[in-house]
Amino acid sequence: MSALLLRDLRLAVRAGGGFGLSLAFFLILAVLVPFGVGPDRERLALIAPGILWVGALLAALLSLDRLFQLDWEDGSLEALATAPLPMEGAVAMKAAAHWLTTGLPLVALSPVLGVLLNLAPAGYVWLPLSLLAGTPALSMIGAFGAALTVGVKRGGLLLSLLVLPLYVPTLIFGAEAARRGAEGLPALPVLLMVAAISLAACAALPFAAAAAIRVSLR
Amino acid sequence: MSLWEYANPKKFMETTGWLLPWLTALTALTLGGGLVWGFFLTPDADRFGSTVKILYVHVPSAFIAINAWVMMLVTSLIWLVRRHHVSVLAARAAAPVGMVMTLIALFTGAVWGQPMWGTWWAWDPRLTAFLILFLFYLGYLALWAAIENPDTAADLTSVLCLVGSVFAFLSRYAVYFWAQGLHQGASLSVDRAQHVADVYAYPLWLTMAGFVFLFLTLVFVRTRTEIRARRLSALVARERKAA
Repeated sequence: MSALLLRDLRLAVRAGGGFGLSLAFFLILAVLVPFGVGPDRERLALIAPGILWVGALLAALLSLDRLFQLDWEDGSLEALATAPLPMEGAVAMKAAAHWLTTGLPLVALSPVLGVLLNLAPAGYVWLPLSLLAGTPALSMIGAFGAALTVGVKRGGLLLSLLVLPLYVPTLIFGAEAARRGAEGLPALPVLLMVAAISLAACAALPFAAAAAIRVSLR
Repeated sequence: MSLWEYANPKKFMETTGWLLPWLTALTALTLGGGLVWGFFLTPDADRFGSTVKILYVHVPSAFIAINAWVMMLVTSLIWLVRRHHVSVLAARAAAPVGMVMTLIALFTGAVWGQPMWGTWWAWDPRLTAFLILFLFYLGYLALWAAIENPDTAADLTSVLCLVGSVFAFLSRYAVYFWAQGLHQGASLSVDRAQHVADVYAYPLWLTMAGFVFLFLTLVFVRTRTEIRARRLSALVARERKAA
């Protein structure tokens, strides 16, 4: 399992991986939004948690289609299916690698971008915290979507369509936790909801995703 | 005699072929009767004027939109567990019907909301939940269309339907948490007090029955079409092999 994780991490970080792309996208969004809505500091502070959450979600979405696609095309997914490691474990590791290369950097980058969007002081704690709790769910749900569309040629659009409604609860609770935190309201219960969604997704979805991959490999 | 006999396509075709004319007539009777009764034979309501009559399309279509998904969930489960092809074909047949019902509910809601709430659309929990349900239908149908092998497509869409149901349920409560609504509570209920005066409720129950029969008729027709399409492609494949 750790060998698979390390392999995926190496592939992602080296040339051709989606590592830099998601971060660049996140940065571009945070820089462009003030140009779009105007430099009014109060307005920016109002929308900062929501914009950064939507940005993190879209950045995660951006790199999903390469999660299984490349392994599918060069046959290493079939090799993985015959390996002693159960497919559920392989899917979980792939999602973990995706999270480590997109989710975690986004968490680290979010306070910096919060400065650009005039995030309220308390938000510097709650926004990264809510992203830390929520991005594993984004990676895991995304891995499920990628597993469903692995056999589809140019399935990127389909993948986005499938994943879009699945992301709604995570986004609602995640952005709400960040917003409440930034405004000084009690945010802990909402944060726990986000964490619950992440944990449930990580516990249950590898089975669904592995089933989907097995069907596609049949 | 058990329900599983109808998993046999031949038996299913025979039974539905016999049932369909009756079901169609029943649909025409209840739906036509309910709509005529509701549209022309009830008075305008005090505050709502004639817009109250949108109720007769809005409530039943919303009811079908949700229950079509529940039916897809059940039939998908049956496919995954017992591998009956008719079951998954019925799920596939119900999806477009459910999607159109979702659209009808959203559209009639917008037409009603404009004069009553002063807006076509609000990010109200019920409205938002229906928009998300529409996206689920769209994704389900897109996945069916994208995969060529019918059995692979059946498996993957069934898995999507199961996972999607969990998330649809979660979304429903998430949006209630997220926004306060304009939409009123349930209009009809079997066990609690009515929120609709009897003069409107009776035709409404009739149109509800009409929409249920309409749904059944459409699903049967579409499932029969799917079964025939399967038979046709099997015949074509056999011919090609023989040639």
